[in-house]
Amino acid sequence: MEIQSLENIIAEHPFFAKLDPAHIGLLVGCASNVRFEPGKYIFREGEEANHFYLIRQGRVSVEISPPQRRPIVVDTLDEGEILGWSWLVPPYQWRFHARAVDSTRAIALDGKCLREKCESNKELGYELLKRFSQIVGGRLDATRLQLLDLYAAH
Amino acid sequence: MRPVPWVVRQVTKETPDTFTLVLDPPKGARGRFTPGQFSMLWVCGVGELPISISGDPTRPESLTYTVRSVGAATQSLVTRQAGQTVGVRGPFGKGWPIEAAKGRDIIVAAGGIGLAPLRPVIYHVLANRSHYGRLTVLYGARNPRDILFRKELAAWAKLPDTQVFSTVDYGGVSWRGHVGVVTTLFKMLRLRPVLTTAMVCGPEIMMRVVARELLARGLSGDQLFLSMERNMKCAIGLCGHCQWGPHFVCKDGPVFPFSQIAPLLDRYEL
Amino acid sequence: MADTIRVRIVADQIGQLIRSLAHRDYAIFGPAVKDGAIVYDRIEEIGDLPRGLTDHQEAGRYSLVPRQDQALFGYVLGPQSWKKYFHPARVKLFDARNDDGVFQILPNTASPARPVALLGVRACELAAIAMQDRVLQNGPYADRIYAARRAGAFLVAVQCTQSAPTCFCHSMGTGPAVAAGTADITLTEMDVASDHWFLAEAGTDRGAEVLSELSFAPATDTQCRAADEAVALARTGQRRHLDTAGLRDLLIENFEHPRWDEVARRCLVCANCTMVCPTCFCTDIEDASDVSGTHAERWRRWDSCFTTSFSYIHGGSVRTSPKARYRQWITHKLATWIDQFGTPGCVGCGRCITWCPAGIDITEEAQALRGTVNHGNTES
Repeated sequence: MEIQSLENIIAEHPFFAKLDPAHIGLLVGCASNVRFEPGKYIFREGEEANHFYLIRQGRVSVEISPPQRRPIVVDTLDEGEILGWSWLVPPYQWRFHARAVDSTRAIALDGKCLREKCESNKELGYELLKRFSQIVGGRLDATRLQLLDLYAAH
Repeated sequence: MRPVPWVVRQVTKETPDTFTLVLDPPKGARGRFTPGQFSMLWVCGVGELPISISGDPTRPESLTYTVRSVGAATQSLVTRQAGQTVGVRGPFGKGWPIEAAKGRDIIVAAGGIGLAPLRPVIYHVLANRSHYGRLTVLYGARNPRDILFRKELAAWAKLPDTQVFSTVDYGGVSWRGHVGVVTTLFKMLRLRPVLTTAMVCGPEIMMRVVARELLARGLSGDQLFLSMERNMKCAIGLCGHCQWGPHFVCKDGPVFPFSQIAPLLDRYEL
Repeated sequence: MADTIRVRIVADQIGQLIRSLAHRDYAIFGPAVKDGAIVYDRIEEIGDLPRGLTDHQEAGRYSLVPRQDQALFGYVLGPQSWKKYFHPARVKLFDARNDDGVFQILPNTASPARPVALLGVRACELAAIAMQDRVLQNGPYADRIYAARRAGAFLVAVQCTQSAPTCFCHSMGTGPAVAAGTADITLTEMDVASDHWFLAEAGTDRGAEVLSELSFAPATDTQCRAADEAVALARTGQRRHLDTAGLRDLLIENFEHPRWDEVARRCLVCANCTMVCPTCFCTDIEDASDVSGTHAERWRRWDSCFTTSFSYIHGGSVRTSPKARYRQWITHKLATWIDQFGTPGCVGCGRCITWCPAGIDITEEAQALRGTVNHGNTES
């Protein structure tokens, strides 16, 4: 039952639209349901990055901690969004903290498992890279705008 | 074009550097304006500035301006005391297309102080609710303490057929709202592009990226309006300062349909 | 207005013309020598006119030299244009009193200026006045200062019978012949070396009235033809040309063109061209107050798109590079002016060429964008 619902969720998620059912099956094999209480860190900067998450409910903040200040939130991700791409590129380490702002439910996909599957199944690897490059590109765009500090007083 | 003395009723601090002035008219005058229009506000002996009207167009008994204090002239404006006068010329310029947008969904997308010239649109839509479809407010600020009209944003969000999405470029851990530049709000949007008119005001780069997102979602360039800023001085097209390509922003704008100005938007030093 | 009649007056009758205008209480302005140039100044009698002088002009060069004759209007154009009378370089808008942050604008105590009579207006300058009329008083908002000074102005045109090497009014369709009805009186100065006379023609009823007070004889066909030929000679003698075909699109489409960098290396961004231009209309506002802050004044003065402050918005100026500022000026003059007011904003007077310390030539710059530079100052 659990497997069945996971498969549906993944298959119907826009991020995986038009993915071959066989590839969906491979993803489902690496997927699990997770839940984070408000304030709980999902991962921290520097830790090994072995997952990514499809957020099903709640809000996750992406943060960085300067040594002398409280953490700065640089991004938030909500229902339907993808959290994490560091699992895909060496050195497979998180660049930021991720923390549940609200009670958050997500599907975790085991990146370590997926990396191996992608190595042996280049087609799956290409399909995933296509999708993640959009995520990375969008975040890069947003980051550049953020760096412009458009609303600063100058 | 002489400034007319209006009397400061009150000055309210909105954020650490932004203040709202409410001015009472001289005897016999009324504060009628179209949302999106601006006035020239003059502090005697100091200088004059173009400031968008940020108040309620259905209440002409006063005029309301929201001013960010960034220099000597703006500082002298926001430190006016109740009972003192501010010289007012205007209102000037072409405002938001509130008549042409009747019957349509309205998207109001604002960045920073850009919410000020759009607030009258929101007031207008709410006062004439049956004339408009869905109202969506997208607002981006630098950080949580710079969010303008915070209580009103929260109140509007509770109204039927009205959605408000606010975001900040950077948050603190106590901020539970959305973080990310204003374009990251678009994923939450359920847009009916053919039925929608969008009105955008903020820094020029912000308006350009918002326009790009809206066009990518099928909105027509004729239904997308931006409010431009140039050096308005006389405000009536005679002094030449606010020229932008063929346009005098003061009288041909400040609100322009995107389709009319698209070729000018990425021209550096135009 | 009765049928246009062309009459012949002897040169001395210009003195009577001045007296007739003065009698009508006009403040009369015309050409006078000052600081080595012909400027426009108060004229009280014929002796104030620059008799026997002419100007030598080239890109970046101007000099006043004697003529071999007694011509009164034997020069082409000086640095100033008539705009200083209608659109003053500096004018007080008002005085105000400020009592503890409550201001009051004081009534204007200055008596209204007398209507002006301008003597010696060239065809290109009439066109420039018409352009400023359109910009400053014929739009949805009229500049009241301009309109008040312009109203009732009496214009005495003098047609050019010679062109300076910097002239290109023929290209712009503004001269050298004065179009019918654009001046109250149009004069053509003839036979300056021998029996010195003027062909005079009224363009308005009041022009005819003034003319009727002079001693005149009906002009013969031969005399009329001679005057027309003299003006035609000024036209055919023009060495500079500005190709106006597709001019607007040429500038708009060449927003990015290597020529802008090239001209920016020569341009000193001194704003001379905008100051001498008879159509440039931009102004800035100055606020001032006394030390106590109780008395304040507001002034308006000419401004120039060549200054960086001109395009200032919060965060900095839009046009900081000399390249962008030169491009703005010439693009406005030759292209976006057409969008705004229906014609180019250039009358071809050539002042910007003469008075540019670097000798930058608007006709050459426009031509360069077409890809073929035709040096107007090359003898053909």
